[in-house]
Amino acid sequence: MKQKTGLITIPALALVLILGAVAADEIATLRGGTPIAEQAELSAIPQVVDTDIRSKRNYPMQPPLIPHDTRGYDVNLKVNKCMSCHARQRIEESLAPMVSVTHFMDRDGNFLAEISPRRYFCNQCHVTQTTTRDVTENEFKDMDELLEERAVSEQDD
Amino acid sequence: MQYFRKIWRDIGRPSIHYSIGALTLGGFIAGIFFWGGFNTVLEATNTEEFCISCHEMKDNVYQELRETIHFSNRSGVRATCPDCHVPHEWTQKIGRKAAATKEVWGKIFQTINTREKFNAKRRELAEHEWARLKANDSLECRNCHNFDYMDFTAQSPRASRQHSTSLADGEKTCIDCHKGIAHDLPDMSGVEGY
Repeated sequence: MKQKTGLITIPALALVLILGAVAADEIATLRGGTPIAEQAELSAIPQVVDTDIRSKRNYPMQPPLIPHDTRGYDVNLKVNKCMSCHARQRIEESLAPMVSVTHFMDRDGNFLAEISPRRYFCNQCHVTQTTTRDVTENEFKDMDELLEERAVSEQDD
Repeated sequence: MQYFRKIWRDIGRPSIHYSIGALTLGGFIAGIFFWGGFNTVLEATNTEEFCISCHEMKDNVYQELRETIHFSNRSGVRATCPDCHVPHEWTQKIGRKAAATKEVWGKIFQTINTREKFNAKRRELAEHEWARLKANDSLECRNCHNFDYMDFTAQSPRASRQHSTSLADGEKTCIDCHKGIAHDLPDMSGVEGY
Protein backbone atom coordinates (compact mmCIF):
# COMPACT_ATOMS: atom_id res chain seq x y z
CA MET A 1 0.00 0.00 0.00
CA LYS A 2 2.78 2.34 0.97
CA GLN A 3 4.67 1.64 -2.23
CA LYS A 4 1.59 2.29 -4.31
CA THR A 5 1.06 5.80 -2.99
CA GLY A 6 4.71 6.51 -3.64
CA LEU A 7 4.33 5.53 -7.24
CA ILE A 8 1.34 7.80 -7.72
CA THR A 9 2.98 10.73 -5.92
CA ILE A 10 5.99 10.99 -8.22
CA PRO A 11 4.14 11.58 -11.50
CA ALA A 12 1.66 13.82 -9.68
CA LEU A 13 4.49 15.96 -8.34
CA ALA A 14 6.08 16.16 -11.76
CA LEU A 15 2.78 17.28 -13.24
CA VAL A 16 2.38 19.97 -10.61
CA LEU A 17 5.90 21.25 -11.31
CA ILE A 18 5.33 21.40 -15.05
CA LEU A 19 1.96 23.10 -14.71
CA GLY A 20 3.47 25.49 -12.18
CA ALA A 21 6.19 26.51 -14.61
CA VAL A 22 3.62 27.18 -17.34
CA ALA A 23 1.32 29.11 -15.02
CA ALA A 24 4.18 31.28 -13.64
CA ASP A 25 4.27 33.25 -16.90
CA GLU A 26 0.62 34.13 -16.68
CA ILE A 27 0.33 35.03 -13.00
CA ALA A 28 -0.44 38.70 -12.53
CA THR A 29 2.14 40.17 -10.19
CA LEU A 30 2.49 43.56 -8.58
CA ARG A 31 5.38 44.15 -10.96
CA GLY A 32 3.03 43.53 -13.89
CA GLY A 33 5.56 41.49 -15.84
CA THR A 34 8.31 44.09 -15.64
CA PRO A 35 11.72 42.40 -15.72
CA ILE A 36 13.55 42.36 -12.40
CA ALA A 37 16.30 44.68 -13.60
CA GLU A 38 13.89 47.33 -14.83
CA GLN A 39 11.72 49.86 -13.12
CA ALA A 40 8.09 49.98 -14.15
CA GLU A 41 6.47 53.32 -14.82
CA LEU A 42 4.73 54.37 -11.65
CA SER A 43 1.17 55.58 -11.53
CA ALA A 44 0.40 58.71 -9.55
CA ILE A 45 -0.78 58.28 -5.98
CA PRO A 46 -4.38 59.49 -5.93
CA GLN A 47 -5.70 62.14 -3.54
CA VAL A 48 -7.88 61.10 -0.64
CA VAL A 49 -11.39 62.56 -0.70
CA ASP A 50 -11.60 64.90 2.30
CA THR A 51 -14.96 66.61 1.84
CA ASP A 52 -16.60 65.55 5.12
CA ILE A 53 -19.78 64.90 3.14
CA ARG A 54 -21.37 61.56 3.94
CA SER A 55 -22.03 59.45 0.87
CA LYS A 56 -24.98 57.15 0.42
CA ARG A 57 -24.52 53.42 0.86
CA ASN A 58 -24.65 51.35 -2.30
CA TYR A 59 -26.47 48.57 -0.45
CA PRO A 60 -27.94 48.47 3.04
CA MET A 61 -25.17 46.39 4.61
CA GLN A 62 -22.30 48.38 3.13
CA PRO A 63 -19.91 49.68 5.76
CA PRO A 64 -20.19 53.47 5.46
CA LEU A 65 -17.31 55.09 3.62
CA ILE A 66 -14.94 57.48 5.41
CA PRO A 67 -15.39 60.97 3.90
CA HIS A 68 -12.21 62.42 5.43
CA ASP A 69 -8.46 61.90 5.40
CA THR A 70 -7.18 59.41 7.95
CA ARG A 71 -3.47 59.89 7.43
CA GLY A 72 -1.56 59.17 10.61
CA TYR A 73 -4.55 57.84 12.54
CA ASP A 74 -3.28 55.34 15.10
CA VAL A 75 -5.45 52.27 15.53
CA ASN A 76 -3.49 49.85 17.65
CA LEU A 77 -3.40 48.19 21.05
CA LYS A 78 -2.78 51.49 22.80
CA VAL A 79 -5.16 53.84 21.07
CA ASN A 80 -7.96 54.01 18.53
CA LYS A 81 -7.95 57.45 16.96
CA CYS A 82 -11.26 56.88 15.13
CA MET A 83 -13.04 56.35 18.42
CA SER A 84 -11.91 59.73 19.72
CA CYS A 85 -14.76 61.12 17.59
CA HIS A 86 -17.03 58.18 16.76
CA ALA A 87 -17.31 56.61 20.23
CA ARG A 88 -20.66 56.80 22.02
CA GLN A 89 -19.19 59.11 24.68
CA ARG A 90 -17.59 61.42 22.12
CA ILE A 91 -20.27 62.18 19.53
CA GLU A 92 -21.91 64.94 21.53
CA GLU A 93 -18.77 67.01 21.23
CA SER A 94 -17.53 65.81 17.86
CA LEU A 95 -20.93 65.66 16.07
CA ALA A 96 -19.58 62.62 14.23
CA PRO A 97 -21.85 59.63 13.54
CA MET A 98 -21.73 57.06 16.33
CA VAL A 99 -20.45 53.58 15.58
CA SER A 100 -23.40 51.30 14.90
CA VAL A 101 -24.78 49.30 17.84
CA THR A 102 -23.88 46.10 15.99
CA HIS A 103 -20.28 46.95 16.80
CA PHE A 104 -20.97 46.39 20.50
CA MET A 105 -22.07 42.83 19.84
CA ASP A 106 -19.71 39.90 20.28
CA ARG A 107 -19.98 36.87 18.02
CA ASP A 108 -22.48 35.19 20.36
CA GLY A 109 -24.85 38.14 20.04
CA ASN A 110 -24.20 39.59 23.51
CA PHE A 111 -24.05 43.36 23.75
CA LEU A 112 -20.90 44.64 25.44
CA ALA A 113 -20.25 47.97 27.15
CA GLU A 114 -17.56 48.94 24.66
CA ILE A 115 -17.08 48.10 21.00
CA SER A 116 -16.33 44.45 20.50
CA PRO A 117 -12.69 43.49 19.88
CA ARG A 118 -13.71 41.95 16.57
CA ARG A 119 -14.90 45.37 15.39
CA TYR A 120 -11.91 47.27 16.79
CA PHE A 121 -9.94 47.76 13.58
CA CYS A 122 -12.17 50.23 11.77
CA ASN A 123 -10.32 50.25 8.47
CA GLN A 124 -10.82 46.54 7.99
CA CYS A 125 -14.26 47.50 6.64
CA HIS A 126 -14.43 51.30 6.47
CA VAL A 127 -12.28 52.90 3.82
CA THR A 128 -11.52 56.33 2.48
CA GLN A 129 -12.16 57.14 -1.18
CA THR A 130 -9.68 58.57 -3.65
CA THR A 131 -10.09 60.74 -6.70
CA THR A 132 -9.22 58.15 -9.30
CA ARG A 133 -10.81 56.24 -12.16
CA ASP A 134 -12.19 52.74 -11.59
CA VAL A 135 -9.59 50.11 -12.36
CA THR A 136 -12.22 47.93 -13.99
CA GLU A 137 -15.66 48.73 -15.33
CA ASN A 138 -18.23 48.60 -12.57
CA GLU A 139 -21.53 46.99 -13.43
CA PHE A 140 -22.94 47.15 -9.95
CA LYS A 141 -26.60 48.01 -9.76
CA ASP A 142 -28.34 49.35 -6.73
CA MET A 143 -31.22 47.26 -5.37
CA ASP A 144 -33.61 50.12 -6.12
CA GLU A 145 -32.46 50.20 -9.72
CA LEU A 146 -33.11 46.47 -10.06
CA LEU A 147 -36.57 46.80 -8.55
CA GLU A 148 -37.35 49.71 -10.82
CA GLU A 149 -36.17 47.79 -13.88
CA ARG A 150 -38.39 44.88 -12.94
CA ALA A 151 -41.37 47.12 -12.35
CA VAL A 152 -40.86 48.68 -15.78
CA SER A 153 -40.53 45.30 -17.50
CA GLU A 154 -43.64 43.97 -15.74
CA GLN A 155 -45.57 47.02 -16.85
CA ASP A 156 -44.52 46.37 -20.41
CA ASP A 157 -45.74 42.76 -20.28
CA MET B 1 38.90 78.19 53.66
CA GLN B 2 41.98 80.38 54.02
CA TYR B 3 42.38 80.19 50.24
CA PHE B 4 38.84 81.37 49.51
CA ARG B 5 39.18 84.17 51.99
CA LYS B 6 42.32 85.37 50.16
CA ILE B 7 40.55 85.33 46.79
CA TRP B 8 37.64 87.28 48.24
CA ARG B 9 40.05 89.88 49.67
CA ASP B 10 41.92 90.21 46.36
CA ILE B 11 38.75 90.70 44.37
CA GLY B 12 37.68 93.53 46.64
CA ARG B 13 41.00 95.34 46.41
CA PRO B 14 41.86 97.81 43.63
CA SER B 15 44.13 96.49 40.88
CA ILE B 16 47.82 97.26 41.37
CA HIS B 17 49.37 96.21 38.01
CA TYR B 18 46.60 96.66 35.43
CA SER B 19 45.00 99.91 34.35
CA ILE B 20 41.27 100.33 34.62
CA GLY B 21 41.17 100.69 30.82
CA ALA B 22 42.87 97.32 30.21
CA LEU B 23 40.59 95.63 32.70
CA THR B 24 37.45 97.14 31.21
CA LEU B 25 38.47 96.41 27.63
CA GLY B 26 39.67 92.93 28.56
CA GLY B 27 36.40 92.24 30.29
CA PHE B 28 34.50 93.54 27.31
CA ILE B 29 36.39 91.37 24.81
CA ALA B 30 36.16 88.32 27.04
CA GLY B 31 32.45 89.04 27.31
CA ILE B 32 32.03 88.98 23.54
CA PHE B 33 33.78 85.64 23.32
CA PHE B 34 31.84 84.21 26.20
CA TRP B 35 28.48 85.39 24.91
CA GLY B 36 29.25 84.36 21.34
CA GLY B 37 30.41 80.96 22.49
CA PHE B 38 27.37 80.55 24.69
CA ASN B 39 24.99 81.33 21.86
CA THR B 40 26.89 79.15 19.41
CA VAL B 41 26.59 76.17 21.75
CA LEU B 42 22.95 77.03 22.41
CA GLU B 43 22.18 77.03 18.69
CA ALA B 44 24.25 73.92 18.04
CA THR B 45 22.23 72.00 20.60
CA ASN B 46 19.05 73.37 19.02
CA THR B 47 19.28 71.41 15.79
CA GLU B 48 17.70 68.18 14.69
CA GLU B 49 21.17 66.81 13.93
CA PHE B 50 22.08 67.22 17.58
CA CYS B 51 18.83 65.66 18.79
CA ILE B 52 19.18 62.54 16.70
CA SER B 53 22.84 62.12 17.56
CA CYS B 54 21.43 60.07 20.44
CA HIS B 55 19.98 56.73 19.36
CA GLU B 56 17.08 57.19 21.80
CA MET B 57 15.76 60.00 19.64
CA LYS B 58 16.92 58.69 16.27
CA ASP B 59 15.43 55.19 16.60
CA ASN B 60 12.15 56.12 18.24
CA VAL B 61 10.62 59.55 17.86
CA TYR B 62 12.54 60.54 14.73
CA GLN B 63 11.44 57.44 12.82
CA GLU B 64 7.85 58.12 13.80
CA LEU B 65 8.10 61.75 12.71
CA ARG B 66 9.34 60.73 9.24
CA GLU B 67 5.93 59.35 8.28
CA THR B 68 3.96 62.42 9.27
CA ILE B 69 2.96 65.57 7.41
CA HIS B 70 5.36 67.62 9.50
CA PHE B 71 8.25 65.80 7.89
CA SER B 72 7.13 65.17 4.34
CA ASN B 73 4.43 67.06 2.47
CA ARG B 74 3.48 68.67 -0.83
CA SER B 75 5.18 72.02 -0.23
CA GLY B 76 8.40 70.79 1.39
CA VAL B 77 8.19 73.00 4.45
CA ARG B 78 9.05 70.91 7.45
CA ALA B 79 9.35 71.11 11.19
CA THR B 80 12.50 69.91 12.93
CA CYS B 81 12.59 68.73 16.56
CA PRO B 82 13.32 72.14 18.16
CA ASP B 83 10.56 73.84 16.14
CA CYS B 84 7.99 72.06 18.28
CA HIS B 85 9.93 71.22 21.41
CA VAL B 86 11.89 74.40 22.12
CA PRO B 87 10.25 77.84 22.37
CA HIS B 88 11.63 80.40 19.94
CA GLU B 89 11.46 83.29 22.39
CA TRP B 90 14.76 83.73 24.27
CA THR B 91 13.70 83.71 27.93
CA GLN B 92 11.46 80.70 27.46
CA LYS B 93 14.12 78.99 25.38
CA ILE B 94 16.65 79.28 28.21
CA GLY B 95 14.05 77.90 30.61
CA ARG B 96 13.42 74.92 28.36
CA LYS B 97 17.15 74.40 27.88
CA ALA B 98 17.70 74.39 31.63
CA ALA B 99 14.89 71.87 32.04
CA ALA B 100 16.49 69.75 29.33
CA THR B 101 19.44 68.98 31.59
CA LYS B 102 17.11 66.30 32.94
CA GLU B 103 17.49 64.63 29.55
CA VAL B 104 21.26 64.45 30.03
CA TRP B 105 20.57 62.71 33.33
CA GLY B 106 18.29 60.28 31.49
CA LYS B 107 20.98 59.62 28.91
CA ILE B 108 23.61 58.88 31.56
CA PHE B 109 21.34 56.57 33.55
CA GLN B 110 19.90 54.99 30.38
CA THR B 111 16.26 55.48 31.27
CA ILE B 112 15.00 55.03 27.68
CA ASN B 113 17.92 53.32 25.95
CA THR B 114 15.81 50.48 24.54
CA ARG B 115 12.57 50.50 22.55
CA GLU B 116 10.83 48.65 25.39
CA LYS B 117 11.94 51.17 28.00
CA PHE B 118 10.94 54.01 25.72
CA ASN B 119 7.47 52.59 25.15
CA ALA B 120 7.03 51.98 28.86
CA LYS B 121 7.80 55.64 29.50
CA ARG B 122 5.97 57.01 26.46
CA ARG B 123 2.82 58.08 28.30
CA GLU B 124 4.80 59.96 30.95
CA LEU B 125 6.97 61.71 28.37
CA ALA B 126 3.96 62.57 26.23
CA GLU B 127 2.14 63.98 29.23
CA HIS B 128 5.05 66.34 29.92
CA GLU B 129 4.79 67.70 26.38
CA TRP B 130 0.99 67.99 26.49
CA ALA B 131 1.20 69.84 29.79
CA ARG B 132 3.86 72.19 28.45
CA LEU B 133 1.92 72.99 25.29
CA LYS B 134 -1.31 73.36 27.21
CA ALA B 135 0.35 75.79 29.63
CA ASN B 136 1.85 78.00 26.91
CA ASP B 137 -1.27 77.89 24.69
CA SER B 138 0.48 75.74 22.07
CA LEU B 139 3.13 78.40 21.53
CA GLU B 140 5.31 76.19 19.34
CA CYS B 141 2.42 75.32 17.01
CA ARG B 142 1.61 78.99 16.69
CA ASN B 143 5.14 79.84 15.58
CA CYS B 144 3.99 78.61 12.18
CA HIS B 145 0.22 78.19 12.40
CA ASN B 146 -1.19 81.65 12.93
CA PHE B 147 -4.85 81.64 13.91
CA ASP B 148 -5.44 85.14 12.54
CA TYR B 149 -4.57 84.02 9.02
CA MET B 150 -6.51 80.75 8.98
CA ASP B 151 -8.97 80.62 6.09
CA PHE B 152 -11.90 78.69 7.47
CA THR B 153 -13.45 78.40 4.02
CA ALA B 154 -10.42 76.45 2.85
CA GLN B 155 -10.76 74.02 5.73
CA SER B 156 -13.01 70.99 5.76
CA PRO B 157 -16.42 71.66 7.37
CA ARG B 158 -15.40 69.61 10.40
CA ALA B 159 -12.16 71.52 10.91
CA SER B 160 -13.68 74.94 10.32
CA ARG B 161 -16.49 74.25 12.80
CA GLN B 162 -14.06 73.35 15.54
CA HIS B 163 -11.52 76.07 14.77
CA SER B 164 -14.14 78.82 14.60
CA THR B 165 -15.72 77.86 17.92
CA SER B 166 -13.60 76.22 20.58
CA LEU B 167 -10.23 77.42 19.31
CA ALA B 168 -11.46 80.92 18.51
CA ASP B 169 -12.85 81.61 21.97
CA GLY B 170 -9.75 80.20 23.64
CA GLU B 171 -11.62 77.38 25.30
CA LYS B 172 -9.34 74.87 23.60
CA THR B 173 -5.79 75.07 22.34
CA CYS B 174 -4.12 73.17 19.49
CA ILE B 175 -2.78 70.32 21.61
CA ASP B 176 -6.22 69.51 23.04
CA CYS B 177 -7.20 67.89 19.75
CA HIS B 178 -3.95 67.49 17.83
CA LYS B 179 -2.19 64.93 19.99
CA GLY B 180 0.09 62.39 18.38
CA ILE B 181 0.41 64.33 15.14
CA ALA B 182 4.16 63.85 15.00
CA HIS B 183 4.78 60.70 17.01
CA ASP B 184 2.96 57.49 17.93
CA LEU B 185 0.45 57.88 20.71
CA PRO B 186 0.90 56.16 24.05
CA ASP B 187 -1.88 54.21 25.76
CA MET B 188 -4.57 56.89 25.82
CA SER B 189 -6.89 55.39 28.41
CA GLY B 190 -8.19 58.16 30.64
CA VAL B 191 -7.01 61.01 28.43
CA GLU B 192 -9.77 63.55 27.76
CA GLY B 193 -11.18 63.12 24.30
CA TYR B 194 -10.08 59.49 23.85
